[in-house]
Amino acid sequence: MGVEPGRVHFSWISSAESTKFVDVVKKVTEAVRAVGPNEKYVKKELKVA
Amino acid sequence: MQAYTEKMREIARRLLKECRVETVIGFRKGSMPMMNEPCLVKSIDDVDQLVWDGNCGINLANYLTNRTDKIAVFAKGCDSRNIVTHIIENKIKREQLVIIGVPCKGMIDKRRIRSMAPGEITEVVEDGENVRVRGADFEKSFPRKDMLQSNCAVCIHRNPVIYDELVADLVPEQQNVDRYEDVRAIEAMSPDERWQFFEDLLAPCIRCYACRNACPLCYCPTCFVDESAPQWVGKSQNPVDVRTFHFLRAYHCAGRCTDCGSCERACPMGINMRMFTKKLEKEALDQWGWEAGLSLDQRPPLDWYRPDDPQDFIK
Repeated sequence: MGVEPGRVHFSWISSAESTKFVDVVKKVTEAVRAVGPNEKYVKKELKVA
Repeated sequence: MQAYTEKMREIARRLLKECRVETVIGFRKGSMPMMNEPCLVKSIDDVDQLVWDGNCGINLANYLTNRTDKIAVFAKGCDSRNIVTHIIENKIKREQLVIIGVPCKGMIDKRRIRSMAPGEITEVVEDGENVRVRGADFEKSFPRKDMLQSNCAVCIHRNPVIYDELVADLVPEQQNVDRYEDVRAIEAMSPDERWQFFEDLLAPCIRCYACRNACPLCYCPTCFVDESAPQWVGKSQNPVDVRTFHFLRAYHCAGRCTDCGSCERACPMGINMRMFTKKLEKEALDQWGWEAGLSLDQRPPLDWYRPDDPQDFIK
């Protein structure tokens, strides 16, 4: 659809896997930062004069 | 095509006369050329309204949802697969139905014909291999096989998969069809190109929801776009809202869509929203070897867990 691959992540983390949770969150954050803000999916407000 | 029509009327008349069904769902001539409309025939007197030609592209499974009467329904290959899907999803019972199979030779693309005619079309007649188009001051003939709807041109299930009677002998299925050439072209694009492709594809959309209403899969009592608490998607024509509507609707059709083309046919703007559903159809085939509506005995992949379901995307 045109969403960059680095923006979408799937993971299965048990409630007992706190360290995996931390790792995944770190990885996701880094990956999304690398792609930058998702400006395409922001509604542009109409400019009123 | 006349032979199909005659046979249909004969079957409909017999079923109504013997009281085997209360309603026959078929097509009648619309008020304009190439605009046949679905109709519900309840009396023998109205049986002669029924017609069949290359303009019966709307999916009749759409008219079965939650009905309680006994119904005879005419079913092309795609219709029959959607009827199977309806039965699997408990939207109709098999015992209520007399399915009259219609071996299909593809439906004709009214937009292509209109774009190739030099003026307003007043009559379209199909005679065998050709489509003759007449207007006030012109008459043209096109080879029928070049005028098929794009989904019919790549169809590999022309014959009904489930039926009680047939209106004609089964037709040969198309062989060696490349169903997903267009999807692969989009898959090969970069994310930015792809974004732009869908931006351009959906630009004419007026959010009339004709695609949703024509779709036999879209039978939710309240569609997510009509819901206001919570409001899942904005109601404006902002490109973000338009896109959200189209891709969410497509996701709801994943593993269920038979590429019948009703959505595209119903669209007043001629948008090919099948580019969304077809991608999901291809995924269902690649991931689970699944084609929707081929059997009453198999659960669709998305409501069933199997230990060997693909899960490489989960990290």
